[in-house]
Amino acid sequence: MITAHLPLLQTLFPNIDDWGELGQACVDTLLMLGASLLLTVLIGLPLGVLLFLTGKGQLHAMPKLYGALSLVVNVLRSIPFIILMIVLMPLTYVLVGTKLGIRGAIPPLVIGAAPFFARLVETALREVEQGVIEASQAMGASTWQIVRYVLLPEARASLWAGVTVTAIALVSYTAMGGAIGAGGLGDLAYRYGYLSYKSDYMVVTVLLLIALVQILQMAGDRIVAHYSRR
Amino acid sequence: MIRFIDVHKSYRVEGKDVPALEPFSLEIADGEVFGIIGHSGAGKSTLVRLINLLERPTGGRILVGDTDITALSDAPLRAARQRIGMIFQHFNLLASQTVVENVAFPLRLAGDKDTKAIRARADELLQHVGLSVHANKYPSQLSGGQKQRVGIARALANHPSILLCDEATSALDPQTTASVLDLLAQINRELKLTIVLITHEMDVVRRVCDRVAVLDTGRIVEHGAVADVFLHPKHPTTRRFVNEALPEEAAGERLPYEHVPGRIMRLSFRGEATWSPTLGRVTRETGVDFNILAGRIDRIKDLPYGQLTLAMQGANVDAALRALREAGIEVEELAR
Repeated sequence: MITAHLPLLQTLFPNIDDWGELGQACVDTLLMLGASLLLTVLIGLPLGVLLFLTGKGQLHAMPKLYGALSLVVNVLRSIPFIILMIVLMPLTYVLVGTKLGIRGAIPPLVIGAAPFFARLVETALREVEQGVIEASQAMGASTWQIVRYVLLPEARASLWAGVTVTAIALVSYTAMGGAIGAGGLGDLAYRYGYLSYKSDYMVVTVLLLIALVQILQMAGDRIVAHYSRR
Repeated sequence: MIRFIDVHKSYRVEGKDVPALEPFSLEIADGEVFGIIGHSGAGKSTLVRLINLLERPTGGRILVGDTDITALSDAPLRAARQRIGMIFQHFNLLASQTVVENVAFPLRLAGDKDTKAIRARADELLQHVGLSVHANKYPSQLSGGQKQRVGIARALANHPSILLCDEATSALDPQTTASVLDLLAQINRELKLTIVLITHEMDVVRRVCDRVAVLDTGRIVEHGAVADVFLHPKHPTTRRFVNEALPEEAAGERLPYEHVPGRIMRLSFRGEATWSPTLGRVTRETGVDFNILAGRIDRIKDLPYGQLTLAMQGANVDAALRALREAGIEVEELAR
């Protein structure tokens, strides 16, 4: 697609030397986003469910466990992502064998975003009517059945809204990650746009990031609308 | 049979025990419709939730059939709950599921894997409550009365022996209330299901209940057959509830008959006595004159009853009262 419009793009942004590199950066960003979003949901969803269930007045209220989980989540959320990434480097190396590139970016991305998503999950589940949970208990549902068949389906719309917000947060995290060697669009913007004064790179990457966020938000809104039943 | 044996319940609020239900014992017979009436905060929601252990009693035992449900561990308790249906004031349907999926839900929870059999049972239940045409709609597309019918169908899915109704008609308009109560009465007749119903409306009790307990700030202050409690309320709280259903006496304890000459008598007729012209015959024979001050003829569930407040005058009032009592009419003299 990009190649078809190359002449036009080259006239618009004459200072971009290598469109192939830009294309690769797009792919890298999308890969980082996809992989980290998947892992964030896989970790954040159960964590959010656990936060919800152990919360005050809920099915398995456990104030101490809730307090501990809550503290960990808050600590991870209060560290700015760029610092979290640096702090986590040794752990990243142990986990994936490198601190750089897409692979090196994924552990900090997930560790940064999963607590955020878990909080969104907790909030979404709290919006499920208490009466519906009580009715399921009265029908003899186990906790697992309540989570699987009541909480998650009833909160579907809010959960998808949470995934959308998290995905958009991850886009900005990946761009930040670019500054310390993660690759992707943020890396290009930083290296060429900032360090080498090639403002065309900055403009194009920013436009691409805006487009990506727009697409994510629109897709998210459509899914949310589809699942809204109230 | 549901039996409460020395049951009490208190909540811990900020380190203090706050009693919600004072110790009580109560038996609810198989196949009866048992009403629990009380104002909000009286503890009736807590009481009904003791039966399926959504609320655990602080002390005492609760027998459902022969099982002490307070002694059950997790899995048997869940199995027991599947045999106790429950409907709610705000219906509590799954908003993300269609009507038929809502009705099928308890069957899936019970571990039934045969989707065809589940669907057939759900369809049968929906037909029973008259909602077959709405099977594939979502709850938000239904009226309150229809939602409660879905709730009832769902509660009946696993062939329960008990149906608990938590203010099931309180969110509905009078006409819808009547149709939902008719459905409950029909279910009680056809399925021989025990129904325990809590409400703050005496009219609900009068229409469907066989027996009633009156709850006042955590205490059962009066209980018995609805006709007895309704026609001869003893506790002030009961009287207030009954007077709500008898608006002409809503003035309560003090009767507005001070200037009426004669003795003020209340006559209660039950069953067949309601339809026989006893009062006319007795007054004619004894030469007693009477003036009707207030009156009502209605039904308590299937039992016709009448209640008349009369001012009686004449030399033979006592003889007339004896004759009325002999004819099976309950007579009480009201203090002015």
